[in-house]
Amino acid sequence: MYQYDKYDQALVDARVADFRDQVRRRLDGSMTEEQFRPLRLMNGLYLQLHAYMLRVAVPYGTLSSAQMRMLGDIADKYDRGYGHFTTRQNIQYNWIKLDDAPDILADLAKVEMHAIQTSGNCIRNTTSDQYAGAAADEIVDPRPYAELIRQWSTFHPEFSYLPRKFKMAVIASNTDRAAMRLHDIGIQIVRNDAGELGCAFYVGGGMGRTPMIAPLVRDFVPLDQMITYSEACLRVYNRHGRRDNKYKARIKILVHELGKEEYTRQVEEEFAHLLTQNIEPPLAELERIKAQFTDPAYDLTASDDLDRSDPDFALWVDNNCLAHKQSGYLSATISLKPVGGIPGDATSDQIRLMADLAKEYSFDELRVTHAQNIVLPHVRKADLYTLWKALDEAGLGTANLDLVGDIIACPGLDYCSLANARSIPVAQKISERFAGKQQEIGELKLKISGCINACGHHHAGHIGILGVDRKGVENYQLLLGGCEGADTSLGQITGPGFDEDGIVDAVEKATNLYLANKQGDERFLDTYRRLGMAPFKEAIYAKESANG
Amino acid sequence: MVETQFRYRADEPAGDPAVTVDSFGDQTNAAAVRIEPGDDARVLLPYLDRLKLVEVNFPAYTDGRGYSAARILREAGYVGELRAVGDVLVDQLAYMRRCGFDSFAPEHPLNTADAEAAMARYADVYQPTVDGRAPVWAKRHG
Repeated sequence: MYQYDKYDQALVDARVADFRDQVRRRLDGSMTEEQFRPLRLMNGLYLQLHAYMLRVAVPYGTLSSAQMRMLGDIADKYDRGYGHFTTRQNIQYNWIKLDDAPDILADLAKVEMHAIQTSGNCIRNTTSDQYAGAAADEIVDPRPYAELIRQWSTFHPEFSYLPRKFKMAVIASNTDRAAMRLHDIGIQIVRNDAGELGCAFYVGGGMGRTPMIAPLVRDFVPLDQMITYSEACLRVYNRHGRRDNKYKARIKILVHELGKEEYTRQVEEEFAHLLTQNIEPPLAELERIKAQFTDPAYDLTASDDLDRSDPDFALWVDNNCLAHKQSGYLSATISLKPVGGIPGDATSDQIRLMADLAKEYSFDELRVTHAQNIVLPHVRKADLYTLWKALDEAGLGTANLDLVGDIIACPGLDYCSLANARSIPVAQKISERFAGKQQEIGELKLKISGCINACGHHHAGHIGILGVDRKGVENYQLLLGGCEGADTSLGQITGPGFDEDGIVDAVEKATNLYLANKQGDERFLDTYRRLGMAPFKEAIYAKESANG
Repeated sequence: MVETQFRYRADEPAGDPAVTVDSFGDQTNAAAVRIEPGDDARVLLPYLDRLKLVEVNFPAYTDGRGYSAARILREAGYVGELRAVGDVLVDQLAYMRRCGFDSFAPEHPLNTADAEAAMARYADVYQPTVDGRAPVWAKRHG
């Protein structure tokens, strides 16, 4: 994985000094809270309901054991002994003191980490496929391209006061595991007819209150023009994106209002100009980065056999492990969704255990997934049982990847000052209700947001839940049919909302209808797409019979 | 008129009052113009050789359109004074200089020591811009 050189390290160290100075000026009163706010946000520090929250960047979701261990230690030293992994492949801490924040950044810098641009109206942490470098179906490892974007976007002087936040994702396989088309810019590394690698640019996707699937703006940008093309996309947005209404300020609105053709025309014009400015890093820089993402030293004689005699282990393998490009290996997902747990939370002990296990069994590497789980990307099949036993003992062996219990949920009204409703208790109730039934139901991606900003990706859930405030009472709307993969679609609202228990019942009515009507190997989403909304709506809103 | 607090040029400041972009086209002698956030900086490109001063106004420092306006002018070869005016604060100065600003007239004067420390803090940069600083990748690959 990527290792800092003296330049990267110096920049991150300077950022620690910079933020320490900003905090000092805030605390001594020479800066107002209004002036400080965007600065602390650009360093991932939010003021939430009860305390400051600090969001730490995990570029493209990749972590070493040493970095993971530091995340556990920070949770003990500065927080309440746990951390929360997010849908942006980051981690956040919910109980931070302002004057500790510079020290936390200094600790992070010791392991080549930071919190730069994890919030604010700037280019955020670039995300990628959690199985990058391991997946059997990728054409290349997408992470070197994401690293190139990380460096270009870090402290970008022109694009740090954009109309609104800006999120980029890079993938390199046809199976989209990063919700690429729901980003401001989604890049898919592709091969053209001549066999050359390049980038397909999708621009203007996003969730929030106006969800949109990004249209394809350019099907092939040569690799040595990727940064220049990104710069053109951003400049058009910075100049013309709406600033009169924060809810209409994302690039998706600009692309939608201009139309894809006109937006593309403006980008191409800016691109032609920027090509004359020589802003693109040379291919030698990409090669330098790529050299740090070479394959680990696999055991080429590793056996493909797996002893499946323990049924609990076999179930976990079937649910949580993905085929690896190297024979004898698998990628294993550690579910952070135990029955009744808080999605994405891990204790400091669990974080350190995962770090140790990655060191021992996965070539020192871990990944954070946008579904708020952790992946050990390169595990030898021969080691898998020992690994699973260790995970299971620590409450990390839940076999529910992509099942109903593997819920994405935002922090909701338990922490967030923007939320209208709590997300966590709803996730916990659903997790408990379906604990015994989720294997039978099969793949079902359920996502919960506690407000219309959609941090819990409810638009993209096979089942989505949106918490709203209805005259001072928490109310939950149900959406069906969303999907974030290659066949991206947005969920549709079923009808009137429910209270906290009612929404759990409604989800069960929907899954019961699915089980009664599924054909062959159909997933919930497939059955929904075949039958349409009507029968689901009927089942969900049917009046209970008098004696029923 | 607000005073220019920081200026990184050797020439004499232009004395002319800055006119709006709209009226600039009619005033064939005007040598100073003021860009508001919604103005298109490219309108000025045919006149760069007679411009001595371009002021870019930041009514609110969170509105970043002025950064693009500045770079566009410098990329087109403008060599006159480029002054940031309005809600110009300590922590934006370094980015503004990278985008080509070479003078600053903050609405409220800044603490000079804080401002100079903030501008000097980062020895290296990741992106090439119009300020001529070699990005990290250029240093890596000599």
